[in-house]
Amino acid sequence: MDQVFVAFKQWLVQLAPAPWQPVLSGLISVAAIIGTFASLFAITTLLERKGLARMQNRYGPNRVGPFGLLQPLADGVKALTKEDLVPRGADRVVHFLAPLVLVVPVFLALAVVPVGRNMTAVDLDAGVLFFFAVGAATELSVFMAGWSSRNKYSLLGAMRAIGQMISYEVPLILSAVTVIMATGSLSTVTIVAAQAGYSGGWPHWFVLTPWGLAGFVLFLIAATAESNRSPFDLPEGESEIIAGYYIEYSGFKFALFFLGEYIGMFAVSGLAITLFLGGWHAPFSFLTWVPSYAWFFAKLLALIGLFIWVRGTLPRLRMDQLMNFAWKFMLPMALVNILAAGLWRFVPPGPVRWVVCSLLVAGAYVGLGRVLFERQQFAKRTYRYG
Amino acid sequence: MITLLGIVTLAGAIAAMALRNLVHCALALVVAFGGLAALYLQLGAQFVGFAQALVYIGAVAILIVFAILLTRGSEGPQRRVFSASWAVGAGVALAVFGVLWGILLSSRALPAGMPPEPVATARGIGDQLMTKYILPLEVLGLLLTAALIGAVIIAIKDEG
Repeated sequence: MDQVFVAFKQWLVQLAPAPWQPVLSGLISVAAIIGTFASLFAITTLLERKGLARMQNRYGPNRVGPFGLLQPLADGVKALTKEDLVPRGADRVVHFLAPLVLVVPVFLALAVVPVGRNMTAVDLDAGVLFFFAVGAATELSVFMAGWSSRNKYSLLGAMRAIGQMISYEVPLILSAVTVIMATGSLSTVTIVAAQAGYSGGWPHWFVLTPWGLAGFVLFLIAATAESNRSPFDLPEGESEIIAGYYIEYSGFKFALFFLGEYIGMFAVSGLAITLFLGGWHAPFSFLTWVPSYAWFFAKLLALIGLFIWVRGTLPRLRMDQLMNFAWKFMLPMALVNILAAGLWRFVPPGPVRWVVCSLLVAGAYVGLGRVLFERQQFAKRTYRYG
Repeated sequence: MITLLGIVTLAGAIAAMALRNLVHCALALVVAFGGLAALYLQLGAQFVGFAQALVYIGAVAILIVFAILLTRGSEGPQRRVFSASWAVGAGVALAVFGVLWGILLSSRALPAGMPPEPVATARGIGDQLMTKYILPLEVLGLLLTAALIGAVIIAIKDEG
């Protein structure tokens, strides 16, 4: 049951003549990734609208199909048949390319995420580096969209988005560095394998260590900011700059932006699962009979649920709060966390390293919080970049 | 495959020089960077290829774009793109190329034959960085941290 998809793919590949087998194998992996995550995108849009509606005491979509279950289908048809408007002053080529530059890299990033046992599309020697390298193109796409639209609001949104993404990329990568230090490898498959095994029924996930827990929380916050989701959704704040960098997109191009944003969220959640939550490993030793891919997608859905919950609960940050949080809190915390991970590596196992590392991380958290709170001044604010 | 990537990279570089709109030039430069990264990957240097994409597409290109937007805007230039002294520039470029060409052909490294293909894995590069090249690495780290702190200090002074 665990290897059913792997066996099916091998059976399919065997049917082809030998020279075509590598090509076919690649094609099947690509089709599987696009199919699975695009349908997950459809389900997530519905879940998000339903979940947000539940938190705001309303029904959410309930007209199409039973309980509104066919709503994603109706949205898709609507996006496809809508007129594609391009502003007269827009730079047509760049305007057309921007959604593609967003969607292609986020799907590429999913290639290195292990979704199950033997179920990684490409096991690269430098998988984590590849993930961040292709992620770099999304910032460019945001700029292309904002600049080419020839609209003040979309340019402001793009400037906000790029500033935010660059600032939060630093703690994102620094919190991932701890796991790379602990495993000594950049390969996602090796990182998942390092979290195998159980002691006393509990898994060896990195999130269950002091530095791992701090790293996971930092990574998740930075990931929320990277995917421009609430409470970090300043780039597309509806009440401030209408919709940010994709105001001037309509129809299917808008749907592509939407898709890219959600797939990016899945990819970065997948990386969080790989780095901290044990990848496709079961949470308890008596649950290992459940197929590995079921665990991966259960964890992914749990993280998506967390993102929806946060979006329904927290108000949007202000620009100065956003930047202060990234540079004055997240960055020092991530650096202290790297120190804690290094100590964890060299102090012999036992209660000593638990106490030392926990004290280090908790002390940094409390200390930073106090210092920042006391130095907070309530004066006239100045704004830059809108 | 290498020829194709070379053509893409060169086309991007030429477009970056020849286009009128500065933002278009920056985007064409990104194409050249991407082509270069793909070229590294094609040659089996995974780590260098990914680092190229991360640093040049993710950071340098964004920096250039920001600089263009914050300084003179994205309006096209009124003058011609080619300056009047382009012939002199071409002459200098040809001279430099000739010198490099001559030095490369007369060097003793070439006739010695192809060296055995090195294995450039991420692990190998990391091992080398942490053992043989530890001093340059630390110096670079110190320099970059100093630059980071310096940038923050300049930014703070501006605000007051």
